[in-house]
Amino acid sequence: MALDRWIALIFLGICLVYGYTAWFTMDANLAPFMKRNPIWPSTFPKALSVLAIGASLVILLGIEKSEAKEPEIDYRRLHEYKLGQAIVLLCLMVAYAICLRPVGFIISTTSFLFFGAFVLGERKWILMASIAIINTMTVWYLVQQVLGIYMRPLPGFLGG
Amino acid sequence: MLEGLLIGLQTAMSFQNLAMVIAGCLIGTFIGMLPGLGPMSIIAIMIPVAISMGDPSAALILLAGVYYGAIFGGSTSSILLNAPGVAGTVASSFDGYPMTKKGKAGKALTIAAIASFVGGTIGAILLMIFAPMLSSVALLFHSAEYFALMVVGLSAIAAFAGTGQVAKAILMTVFGLIMATVGEGTLFSLPRFTGGIMDLQTGFGFITLAMAMFALPEALFLVLKPKEAGSAGLEIKDLRITGKEARTIAPVIGRQSLQGFFIGVLPGAGATIASFLGYAVERNLASNEEQEEFGKGSIKGLAAPETANNAACTGSFVPLLTLGIPGSGTTAILLGALIALNISPGPRLMIDEPQIFWAVIMSMFIGNLVLLILNLPLIPYIAKILSIPRNFLIPFILFFTLMGAYIGQNNATELLILVGFGVCATALKFSDYPLAPLLIGFILGGMLEDNFARSMQLFDGISFIWERPMTLGLLIIAAILIVLPSFRARRARLRAEGVADGD
Repeated sequence: MALDRWIALIFLGICLVYGYTAWFTMDANLAPFMKRNPIWPSTFPKALSVLAIGASLVILLGIEKSEAKEPEIDYRRLHEYKLGQAIVLLCLMVAYAICLRPVGFIISTTSFLFFGAFVLGERKWILMASIAIINTMTVWYLVQQVLGIYMRPLPGFLGG
Repeated sequence: MLEGLLIGLQTAMSFQNLAMVIAGCLIGTFIGMLPGLGPMSIIAIMIPVAISMGDPSAALILLAGVYYGAIFGGSTSSILLNAPGVAGTVASSFDGYPMTKKGKAGKALTIAAIASFVGGTIGAILLMIFAPMLSSVALLFHSAEYFALMVVGLSAIAAFAGTGQVAKAILMTVFGLIMATVGEGTLFSLPRFTGGIMDLQTGFGFITLAMAMFALPEALFLVLKPKEAGSAGLEIKDLRITGKEARTIAPVIGRQSLQGFFIGVLPGAGATIASFLGYAVERNLASNEEQEEFGKGSIKGLAAPETANNAACTGSFVPLLTLGIPGSGTTAILLGALIALNISPGPRLMIDEPQIFWAVIMSMFIGNLVLLILNLPLIPYIAKILSIPRNFLIPFILFFTLMGAYIGQNNATELLILVGFGVCATALKFSDYPLAPLLIGFILGGMLEDNFARSMQLFDGISFIWERPMTLGLLIIAAILIVLPSFRARRARLRAEGVADGD
């Protein structure tokens, strides 16, 4: 089974759960006076769940024929592309999200830009470090001083 | 109209707004040249900046400038490197890149600059004429018609997705609508589908979703498949075009300005479709020996898509500003930005906030002029950005998507949601699911449900569908739009098998 039909199966699962909630469980805690309303919070989701289940079944069962196109990236040969780099970069983004608050903006951003370039194969250390630091400081200045959005610059124990 | 024009000029000519136009065009041109970042991602990145400015007309002017700049910048990399940065300029590379290979890069860029300028300017004039007309008609609309009109818009987006893609586009649209129902609905003030998770109480963040759908997958694609770049030794000379060439492309530019604008007005058809269609039409209209030239460096083949995509960009503002319905992913993001700034685009916009409406139109003229001035003498310098090594470029793109999501919500959990959705969106992109319908569905979802609920309450039930002829008509159009492509595809298939020849 091709990837797009697997995805349709996943969508079908999500929509079944969504539809079950809309049709059977959601109306239970509706206030009595709201039951006299012609529209309930569940009315629109009910209609959506039917439509979505229908559309995902059409894809899953392959009712609509589509001509095969040359994709930009063939997922069947994903390992031939630079998959490792992409995964490490995604991990780096997760680490950035976790570190941003406790470690502070300046340290986490500088290291994100530095290690991002490192993962992609750059090895000019001084250039990497200076670009990362200069850009972090510029962005921090713009966000904090010009736009006035608070960002904790340094970790708490350094007084940030 | 004259009064409106003067209000617009007054607002657009303020120092701040002039600076916004110029800044927007510059940012758009520079980022648009980078392969992989289209107008949608650039605008998504710029939204936090625009929203935090607080002034809606300045924000809209900035974002509109970025939009033109991106389309314009995309043509630069299409022509010089055959690496279109934007889907709307893919057609420009058909004839632009062959011209570069022949050593006529300067001439190609000049033609692109002039064609875009004329297309954008004529588009803005048409916008001025048609938008007030459309909006006075739109004032007759009732919430039932609004509901029906949004259904038409959503189904048009699905219908334009192409053969064999309609079911996928519908699924993505409906899924976008489903995602919009998560959180508290405005009419009921009851949390829905949150699964008891507090963070979902306010629903999914629109900027997070926009970043995850567009910027992140594009950046990951760049990592996975490094494109060959580098324009070493590229000489840019011979900038001028001759009078004969000008006469050849003048009718092309005239036709494509009109055609591109009206394609841009249709919901679902944007700059991309306008440019491909413009290329195809001009190729069919050309004489036989000129048809031979197409694809090998024809100036007509370059001028057509360049004019059409800029005119279509302007055209796509018509449904956004007059009906509040975005015709493309990019205008959908603009709509989200406007709502965040407490402006609801729609027929009342021109009456309640005329300075915004007219200032945007005036800034379109100024923006086009700025782009022309920018593109002609600065091209050799602008092209230098293409030589930024991707080792530095990609971390920056990723960083800016993270920053965009963080600044909007000031919530680090949002970043994890961003990465999660980004991975999902990349998987969807692998299997050829269109991502723009999902975002459009998400953005329109709230309004669609509100209008639906309002008409249900007014008519005490679903009877508004058949009691209001206009609603019924619009819903029938929506149904036809969805059924038609698969019907035509089936007929084409049957004809190919020699079955349906009889009729």
